[in-house]
Amino acid sequence: MTRRTRVVVLAPALVGLGALFAWAIAGLPAFGDYRGPYGYVLNRIVVPLRHTTNVVMGTNFDVRGVDTMGEEFILYAAVVGVTLLLREETKGRRVERRTQRLRSDTVRLGGVLMVAAGFLVGIWLMAFGYITPGGGFQGGVVAAGAILCIFLVGSHRDYRPFRNEHAFDPLEAVGTGGYVVVGLTALVSGSAFLTNLFGYGTTGTLRSSGSIAVLNWAAAIAVTFAVLLLFAEFLETYDRPLAPEDT
Amino acid sequence: MSYLPYAVAAWICLVGIAGIATSKNLIHLAVCLSVTQSASYVLLLAVGYVKHGKAPIFVGLKLGSKAVDPVVQALTLTDVVVSLAVIGLILALALDAHRLAGTVDPDRLHEAQG
Repeated sequence: MTRRTRVVVLAPALVGLGALFAWAIAGLPAFGDYRGPYGYVLNRIVVPLRHTTNVVMGTNFDVRGVDTMGEEFILYAAVVGVTLLLREETKGRRVERRTQRLRSDTVRLGGVLMVAAGFLVGIWLMAFGYITPGGGFQGGVVAAGAILCIFLVGSHRDYRPFRNEHAFDPLEAVGTGGYVVVGLTALVSGSAFLTNLFGYGTTGTLRSSGSIAVLNWAAAIAVTFAVLLLFAEFLETYDRPLAPEDT
Repeated sequence: MSYLPYAVAAWICLVGIAGIATSKNLIHLAVCLSVTQSASYVLLLAVGYVKHGKAPIFVGLKLGSKAVDPVVQALTLTDVVVSLAVIGLILALALDAHRLAGTVDPDRLHEAQG
């Protein structure tokens, strides 16, 4: 099918879909008039019941904890998929690649500061995820992104420790598996899967929320290393030499 | 005006689909897909908004005061994670296509019998 016929076929379809959207939107309550009961209830019970001030994370890791477990496995499956697709391709040509080093000291200094600041923000988002806005997923992505900045401002050589798949594979499994283990611990202790354990602590402190805190860290570890593994797999395929490395 | 955020979500979705269909590059196509998917973030967050509601984080916010729905926000987080997973896989497939066919133009993939 040429691009022209594709556009001809697509245009009426998009118009139809747009009309369906308009019909659906007309049936929605006006913006800001939401009447769903679950959010209303959760906003009132999660803080007193779980001592978790971030109700979104309380929802994620407690109210719908099983769902979040599935979500973690989606990410896990994606990393496995990318690894299977790319690792075979790059096997056997692990040569030291040459890249161009940044020459501007200002850019490099700025980059290094970004790495430090980004990593700190990531850790903060993870650690206080169940108290203030943030969480393991968000913090993990930010921390991994900060680490990737090392590649941008440094070189392949500086980034090499963060491409160690043999070290990261098990760490990612620890994060994802840890989530399941917390769930199973509840099962062993005689309650339902993923029942909140470990005591709720004082509201608004790091020692609060019981299992939510542990699950938050499990997710943080899983996501950080999943994203680092994705970066590592993609960087492995990047083999176009730009210029001789000047150090 | 009160339906504008929903209309924005619908628009983002339609633009994304148009981009996917007319894309000349698999990487561009992956970006278009993530644009399409971000329509669902806008829709979810718009649906859960309560007039004059604050974020559902009760630090410095009195318990019981008006806050937006945390359920859809949690769903949006799931949505973002799924999007990340999908983009990762699509980019890997695009790399594979480039290796086998030597092109990332979806229209020329069939010419090259890898």
